Amino acid sequence: MTDAHTTGTHGTGPFIAAIDQGTTSSRCIVFDKDGRIVSVDQKEHEQIFPKPGWVEHDATEIWENVQKVVASAIVKAGITAADVKAIGITNQRETTLLWDKHTGEPVHNALVWQDTRTDALCKELGRNVGQDRFRRETGLPLASYFAGPKVRWLLDNVEGLRERAERGDILFGTMDSWVIWNLTGGTEGGVHVTDVTNASRTLLMNLHRMEWDDKILASMDIPAALLPEIRSSAEVYGNAKGGVLDGVPVASALGDQQAALFGQTCFAEGEAKSTYGTGTFMLMNTGETPVNSYNGLLTTVGYQIGDEKPVYALEGSIAVTGSLVQWMRDQMGLIQSAAEIETLASSVEDNGGAYFVPAFSGLFAPYWRPDARGVIAGLTRYVTKAHIARAVLEATAWQTREISDAMTKDSGVELTALKVDGGMTSNNLLMQTLADFLDAPVVRPMVAETTCLGAAYAAGLAVGFWPDTDALRANWRRAAEWTPRMDADTRDREYKSWLKAVERTMGWLDDEE
Amino acid sequence: MAKNIQSLERAAAMLRLLAGGERRLGLSDIASSLGLAKGTAHGILRTLQHEGFVEQDAASGRYQLGAELLRLGNSYLDVHELRARALVWTDDLARSSGESTHLGVLHQQGVLIVHHVFRPDDSRQVLEVGAMQPLHSTALGKVLSAYDPVAHTEALEAERQSFTPRTVTDPEEFESMLDLTRARGWAADVEETWEGVAAVAAPIHDRRRMPVGAVAVTGAVERVCADGELRPELVAAVRDCARAVSRDLGARRF
Repeated sequence: MTDAHTTGTHGTGPFIAAIDQGTTSSRCIVFDKDGRIVSVDQKEHEQIFPKPGWVEHDATEIWENVQKVVASAIVKAGITAADVKAIGITNQRETTLLWDKHTGEPVHNALVWQDTRTDALCKELGRNVGQDRFRRETGLPLASYFAGPKVRWLLDNVEGLRERAERGDILFGTMDSWVIWNLTGGTEGGVHVTDVTNASRTLLMNLHRMEWDDKILASMDIPAALLPEIRSSAEVYGNAKGGVLDGVPVASALGDQQAALFGQTCFAEGEAKSTYGTGTFMLMNTGETPVNSYNGLLTTVGYQIGDEKPVYALEGSIAVTGSLVQWMRDQMGLIQSAAEIETLASSVEDNGGAYFVPAFSGLFAPYWRPDARGVIAGLTRYVTKAHIARAVLEATAWQTREISDAMTKDSGVELTALKVDGGMTSNNLLMQTLADFLDAPVVRPMVAETTCLGAAYAAGLAVGFWPDTDALRANWRRAAEWTPRMDADTRDREYKSWLKAVERTMGWLDDEE
Repeated sequence: MAKNIQSLERAAAMLRLLAGGERRLGLSDIASSLGLAKGTAHGILRTLQHEGFVEQDAASGRYQLGAELLRLGNSYLDVHELRARALVWTDDLARSSGESTHLGVLHQQGVLIVHHVFRPDDSRQVLEVGAMQPLHSTALGKVLSAYDPVAHTEALEAERQSFTPRTVTDPEEFESMLDLTRARGWAADVEETWEGVAAVAAPIHDRRRMPVGAVAVTGAVERVCADGELRPELVAAVRDCARAVSRDLGARRF
């Protein structure tokens, strides 16, 4: 969908422009007051793999792409800067960049969130405490995704960088900071800020105070001079300088998953969204208190609107969901397109007793067992490829159930409904199975682009384009809803079988190293 | 039939020859294997090539099986693929029209609903995916009957039940309605299936211009019609949506 829509009429404006600086591409979407898409433009950037496990992006290329997609989306919409009330930013989370504040030049490629080069460093930083050394302050385990250890790696490995950093010549930012700094003028007075959601993924911010944590900075040996100012997710950080949107306020920043939570208007405690792509990210709004997780989830900031109190979230991710369908297509050759999994799975009534636990690189939340490997359990002569296809879809639904159960245990809040988005929501059988396994309604919104919409919403709130979150809720439209149809006995029996299959994945590797 | 058509038999023999053994064969190999004069073999190969059943390697001049054969083998479009491609467009159609949208395909003697987007208001609605609708009276069914010969036969041979006083059941009247549908590129159902309900539908074509389904907007007759006529902007929106989905499926602009 790269064309401007032609169906129906859009208001004559004003509009909000949202920039989504994602892992594989940068996009700009222009939204009207009803939250409808007016135009879209998108540009992919290079994925750089210098070594196995290392993933980098060229931040200069990314900034050029951002400028191009913004210009093109504005042209496609047939509007000018005067029609745009605010710019909102959402971004791939945790991807880390250091740049020279005098020249605007990155000192190194950005280290992408998937990059695992800081594995050993994270172990070392855990000292005798281990992964949870900073969990109480940050809500996160010490893992290679997060930005803090990546900053430390750069300081240790780029020649002369630490001295320059200590002199105050270097700036750190996740991609939100990089885009905002450049948008607002770069070396000519660009503002160096990040928002609470992005800061909550650095392992450097104290989740309770929303400030950089001096003790952790000292433990990781990161100079405070590098760090951006932490601001709310929805406020005017500055005005765009130059470019097609010259003078327009830059008014929001949200990490991509948090932006989806916002775009799905999960503003009340207990409301949750799940985004189904290659992997799956589920976030639940836990209100104004950070909930510690004892079940392997992350505690993170959901959003903060201006000077209101921050709203927290629990986050659970599933490594393998859509990628399991791709595996069935590319590695097994059982289907020709991803959509065909539903055709194959629908040709049988049930899973025929087969369960597929795709622990391809271990079990993630809520188990965290790196020694686990994938298993197809319950095989008999009766089982066909169609039963396996069904087990593939059920795997995604059961894994969602496990995360949802963990969220309920941690927060004490029962899931009332699950709002879904992402590519796999076009799979009707999966959505029905999800409702059946969760025993809760599953709801798909009408605007699939919830990430960009979330950024647009936050920016629009900041400039008064929308008065309050109630107005945003009123914009939310239900495109489809799946209600549970499975009886409790069947559900319980199936869940038990799934859990037995999960057990059989564990301990496959003798030694996790 | 007294006698088989010789050139078709020869063409079939060529395809079998290309399907087995070596992957690529030259003209003289093919001609000698089948005991044909080179000129005769070449004529048949050229025809097969024109239909896409055979391809000629540009460098070596040798022949191999063409991609069209593969497509024949799995020619039907997976309905779930259709839904995945249609998702954004049908969402937008519901949003801009303020009514519910449906995607239907021919299934047995009726229309199978493969995708349904709710009317964008806060009312409770039930997902109708998997439901069947009649071919002869619904907008979706009429579009399918007008464009897909199989649907056409099904609709003509089935008993055309009268659901409302406005349902068209007479075969001649039904045929002229399909003619009109083909002439203007869309079909309507104004209280012909359900009292108080009207719908507009347009055809979706795949990359070979085959009709693979239809998309419809359905709503209360007083909203879908104005002054006794279907609202033209609604008709335009449905047709735009159908074209957008067709484009996504690779159909050329038409």
